[in-house]
Amino acid sequence: MSGETLFEKIWKRHVVVERDDGQCLLYIDRYLSNDGPLGWRSLRAMERGVARPRQTFLSPDHYTPTHTASIAEIEDPRAREILAAVDKNADDFGVHVFRWGDERQGIVHVVGPEQGITLPGLTLVCGDSHTSTHGALGCLSFGIGVSEVAHVLATQTLWQGKPRTMRIDIDGVLGFGVSGKDVILAIIREISAAGGAGYAIEYAGSAIRGLSMEGRLTLCNMTIEAGSRIGLVAPDDKTIEYVKGRPFAPTGAQWDVAERFWRSLPSDADAIFDREVAMNGADIAPMVTWGNSPEDAISIAETIPNPDDANNADHAQAMRAALDYMDLKPGMSLNDVAVDKVFIGACTNSRIEDLRIAAKVAKGRKAKVQTLVVPGSGLVKKQAEEEGLDKVFVDAGFEWRLPGCSMCVGMNGDLLKAGERSASTSNRNFRGRQGLDSRTHLVSPAMAAAAAVSGRFVDVRELVEEL
Amino acid sequence: MEAFTSLDAIGIPVDIPNCDTDQIIPARFLRYMPDEPGYARFLFHDLRFDEDGGEKPAFIYNQAPFSDGQIIVADINWGCGSSRENAVYALVANDIRCVIAPSFGDIHRNNCMKQGVLPVLLPVEVCDAMRQRLHDEPGTKIQVDLEAQSVVGPAGDIHAFDIGAFDKYRLLNGLDEIGVTLEYQENIEAYEATHFAEYSWMSR
Repeated sequence: MSGETLFEKIWKRHVVVERDDGQCLLYIDRYLSNDGPLGWRSLRAMERGVARPRQTFLSPDHYTPTHTASIAEIEDPRAREILAAVDKNADDFGVHVFRWGDERQGIVHVVGPEQGITLPGLTLVCGDSHTSTHGALGCLSFGIGVSEVAHVLATQTLWQGKPRTMRIDIDGVLGFGVSGKDVILAIIREISAAGGAGYAIEYAGSAIRGLSMEGRLTLCNMTIEAGSRIGLVAPDDKTIEYVKGRPFAPTGAQWDVAERFWRSLPSDADAIFDREVAMNGADIAPMVTWGNSPEDAISIAETIPNPDDANNADHAQAMRAALDYMDLKPGMSLNDVAVDKVFIGACTNSRIEDLRIAAKVAKGRKAKVQTLVVPGSGLVKKQAEEEGLDKVFVDAGFEWRLPGCSMCVGMNGDLLKAGERSASTSNRNFRGRQGLDSRTHLVSPAMAAAAAVSGRFVDVRELVEEL
Repeated sequence: MEAFTSLDAIGIPVDIPNCDTDQIIPARFLRYMPDEPGYARFLFHDLRFDEDGGEKPAFIYNQAPFSDGQIIVADINWGCGSSRENAVYALVANDIRCVIAPSFGDIHRNNCMKQGVLPVLLPVEVCDAMRQRLHDEPGTKIQVDLEAQSVVGPAGDIHAFDIGAFDKYRLLNGLDEIGVTLEYQENIEAYEATHFAEYSWMSR
């Protein structure tokens, strides 16, 4: 009999009931809530309470403005109502909350790991597709819709079919200027935006182990853009060091019990995956997307692809539509593509390491276009200010904003105007994602900062000697 | 939720690979509640309407007889991206109760089944052929029978499809999933007792 994967070990431990058809009632250790109102509204409509309030954590992020800390200055009354409802839900149901203005508040996928709410071996869900992020700590986490949110709130469980397993092995050493963001964009290009559907992915190999926790969080964050809800990295010394001492992490004798459990989680050497993918980390270069799917990614050295080279007519048609929407021509150099705005932030790239790297590029240079830097949480913001990064950004003409999701999806009003083009560290380049008729190019924080000070896409490795 | 048993309705070909949920309903409409009047207009909003709110005639769902359709035949990776269940509310608000596609975003597929919208997985060649036939003969109907797990395509072609037994049972009966789960309350409590006895740090 073969061994077990990391995924199977966590899954098995959390099965409450397994039906004959394979559907499992899965126990959920942690529920994270953003400011999306509908799950809570549904719970109230059913006249039910929260099953386990102490396992439930709330932090508003999508609707929070980044230019003001005053609710009165929010123009949209619906956004004001939604933010007010966060406080009321927290009070009425007695759950943990990081209110707007609390320094611990921020994007749920930044707050969870930062607070030690996200831990290896747990199950964690949230009504947001980027919940895959938390897999970076070896936590079985995935995004769910509103009906499933209400189900978790009411029962602390979810019905799920067991996904198949895929291991993506990336060996080799990543080159200078290549980050977790470039790795995941290269992976999505390789397996496609639908390649991971129906699978739980485990990222393995020396290049993955070599990533910092921030890099792993970025990697797992965009697993959903490869079609999979679940992306895991096995817990190791780096994970355990990262978790230690965080507010909601275990302490004392409980820590020892937990650490023994965490050390038992990595996939067994003889575990079998349903699909295996292998890539060489040394082949990956800084990436930029050109189209309206995250799979439309090329390295900075490549030119805009030609639909005539597509492998079938449907794909060629989709490429033409994307090039038309993005106002790009086949064969163009990315160096000739000018940007109107730059966004450094989002649950993909708003952690302290991301900001340190962006600041290294910004230091001593000037922004050529409007550039927003939006830390992922109040604590990231505070840390960055203690390190003087805010001053570097402001000196370079970047705008230093308050924490939240901001221009990733623009629900707080941080948007591109129609026809504007961004270099963005977020995770989605969908049509209209950053505003009606907006054009988004996904890049790493280093490449975003390089675009900010150049007004166009450039290879960050030509600007700086170290990152 | 409303039960889904069978449907005999006009098919709507949507030729957009990787049609993400931002296309199905743009993020700026997520602040509206699903029971508010006018919700139906949010479906495919930016594909359907120009900046002044006028219909874009080239978009398939603005064309008769497709605008009366109730079954979408899609391309690969339908409903990828954001977990917003609002995408399904927007389908339901337009009486669209079934999506046939070669692959679905995993979260969207689950969301569909919570709102009585049947996701049907069929091979990519079958979906491509169905969309072509619907373009060639607008207004052709598709028959979907959940009990029999079968689809009769626009050319009279018959296809079986897979669906989990539990999902099928709940869809056929329009069952509230929480109601089913609460029958297992004793199992949940027994599970918690064991789970937290071993690892109390998990309880927080």
